[in-house]
Amino acid sequence: MIKLENVSKSFDKIKVLHSTHLEIFPKSTTVIIGPSGCGKSTLLRLIIGLIKPDEGEIYVNGEFINDNNLYSIRHKMGYVIQDGGLFPHLNARENVSLLASYLSTGDDYIEKRIKELCELTKFPHDALNRYPVQISGGQRQRVSLMRALMLDPEILLLDEPLGALDPLIRFELQNDLKEIFEALGKTVVIVTHDIGEAGFFGDKVILIRDGRIIQQGTIADLVRNPSDSFVTDFIQAQRNPLESINESTISK
Amino acid sequence: MKVQFPNNKSQIPNNFELLNSKFQRPVIRKSKPVCGLVFGALNLFVIWSLIIGACFSFAITGQSATEIKVGSKAFTESVIIGDIVTQIAETTGSSVKYQKALGGTRILWSSLLRGEIDIYPEYTGTLIQEILAKKKISSDEELKRVLNGMGIIMSRPLGFNNTYALGMKEDVAEKLGIRKVSDLKKYPELGFGFTNEFMNRGDGWPSLQKAYQLPQRNVKGLDHDLAYRGLERGSIEVIDLYSTDAEIEYYKLRVLEDDLNHFPNYNAVLLYKSDLKEKDPAGLREILKLQGSISEEDMIKMNALVKLYGNPDAIVASEFLGKRFDIITQPEKDTFFTRLATNTIQHLFLVIVSLVAAIIISIPLGIWSYKNEKIGKAILATVGIIQTIPSLALLVFMIPLLGIGSVSAIVALFLYSLLPIVRNTYTGLKDIPLNVRESAEALGLSPFARLRLVELPMASRSILGGIKTSAVINVGTATLGALIGAGGYGQPILTGIRLDNIPLILEGAIPAAVLALLVQWLFDLSELVFVPKGLRLKSE
Repeated sequence: MIKLENVSKSFDKIKVLHSTHLEIFPKSTTVIIGPSGCGKSTLLRLIIGLIKPDEGEIYVNGEFINDNNLYSIRHKMGYVIQDGGLFPHLNARENVSLLASYLSTGDDYIEKRIKELCELTKFPHDALNRYPVQISGGQRQRVSLMRALMLDPEILLLDEPLGALDPLIRFELQNDLKEIFEALGKTVVIVTHDIGEAGFFGDKVILIRDGRIIQQGTIADLVRNPSDSFVTDFIQAQRNPLESINESTISK
Repeated sequence: MKVQFPNNKSQIPNNFELLNSKFQRPVIRKSKPVCGLVFGALNLFVIWSLIIGACFSFAITGQSATEIKVGSKAFTESVIIGDIVTQIAETTGSSVKYQKALGGTRILWSSLLRGEIDIYPEYTGTLIQEILAKKKISSDEELKRVLNGMGIIMSRPLGFNNTYALGMKEDVAEKLGIRKVSDLKKYPELGFGFTNEFMNRGDGWPSLQKAYQLPQRNVKGLDHDLAYRGLERGSIEVIDLYSTDAEIEYYKLRVLEDDLNHFPNYNAVLLYKSDLKEKDPAGLREILKLQGSISEEDMIKMNALVKLYGNPDAIVASEFLGKRFDIITQPEKDTFFTRLATNTIQHLFLVIVSLVAAIIISIPLGIWSYKNEKIGKAILATVGIIQTIPSLALLVFMIPLLGIGSVSAIVALFLYSLLPIVRNTYTGLKDIPLNVRESAEALGLSPFARLRLVELPMASRSILGGIKTSAVINVGTATLGALIGAGGYGQPILTGIRLDNIPLILEGAIPAAVLALLVQWLFDLSELVFVPKGLRLKSE
């Protein structure tokens, strides 16, 4: 379980997160959604400890994050970002196994785990020796996911993992990711600005605007009982391709 | 404060006299206790490279307590006398080390005081007018006493007086009817070209002008060799000379009579440490046979043989000893290839030691700069400032600190190597994309592990590029090491420049260029080892 209590964060005196309270329950998939710059990525970066809150406390599995337990807590979390953040100097296999090798988990474990993860993420085993520049964006995200899952963490944090992919690949990966989340049963937090994706993944959706949580609940809650006109606006801002077809038909 | 020109009697302040001779060996300073220098060298970098340099020097040179260390200034006449002293001492079976053409007056004088050399040729005028000018010495007897008080003995004159003089082309002087310096008063339109040193000396132009009431205004300061050429072309009419210059004959010059006895005597003498007598009495006895035995005529001839006709100085010295003393000496005639090998070893020694030290220091400094922005700014500014010091100045600056020879050169080269490596390490680390850096952090790697596993490999190409830049610059700058007795490819280059000997210049310049290319090529090749494959691939 992840818990944020009264967490605030500013960058250059601009407040990006206002005293936020948030609880994320184990083995659920939570989607954090909101417009660009609303503070949703900041939330994730606070949880993984890349940045420190100005005020408030963050707990992961009941442990208050501080300098002493930062590394051990990070080992219990997997983190995937938009363009994968793969290490360009390492091939896919080395990217995935870097932390495990560093922690000396043993070659057998690493081999076994890589094999499992290839199956899970549908990454071709024979492409493991390729370098990030040699594989496609979608494959890179699969490698990034493998890297995040290497030590079988309890928590998986994904920051717009599919944001940079073309629609077909995104669609395919969305399906695969959902399957993976269901198969693993981990605590998953995904940040996205795509409401469709939010509904597709999320047990729970948290809508953020200007550093404040506007509403949280299931996607159905947000659609049926919007707390605010912004919620409705945000949900409806999604363009439906059929719209244009209907309009053009009508005009005829 | 008056600017001191260190090179009193040299014709080109920073030339280097080295032709093929067996005495042309690595001039490597003896290792010395590091602790004593720590106080002198406050700079951490200096200390570091000093330690490394000293270790290397110690490994390379043996040290002999009874060895006579002969030095000479960086101009032909001094080099020849040094050769003569060396060869005559060797006839007694003494072991002699000749560090030829070490530099200017200041360098030789301080090396003698420090005991880095035991003996070198000097001129009484230089001692009185420059080295000991503050003591206002009026006679040679007084000079001897003062020197004795400093633990230094001055020999009797060797027999020739190499004083300053003014010279003109014979035909021009004849036409104008100029024989004496005071005749110049009648021709205020004449152009004078004097060495920069002469322009500033106590007995130089200002006092000469005063003494003779000379009206000329067109007075240029220029290099001595250029002055001869200016005289040839007619762009100047009067230059300063040394009375034993080989060129007097060659250019058909008229030496103007110093009718007011303005210029002091510059009698050539040998200066040696008083303990040389105990150290090698037989050797010293032989050396002192030279007193009163080298005439002005001898010296002009020897200067001409070396400077104008390109004979090796050691051979000219040997021939002189044969004729004057019936002493047969056999200076080794080394071949082009042995010279090349010696120069290459010396050059590589300078470059490699300084570069290795720079790498050891600069990469951590670069990392530190990256980790701490404030300290980084200070570090980058400091190494940047070091880089702006002219290389010649830095080399000369090193001498009082570390003496003559390769240690000074290595420290100077080391200091020059810092900036490219520090800066490239810093920017290489700084340029790592944020997402990659954060991925490593989010993964839960410790700062040290991130540095080792991600950041340094990612910056490797940039770091290697910095090292490559330093190495190539070092190969070039190391040629200046010859100015302070560190040897290398600079020796033939500097000698060639002074003797106007193109093949000799090329003997240093071509290997230096080839070495620079080789270094570049080696570093390009080493990318395959040091830069991870993933960074060398083009995206598909």
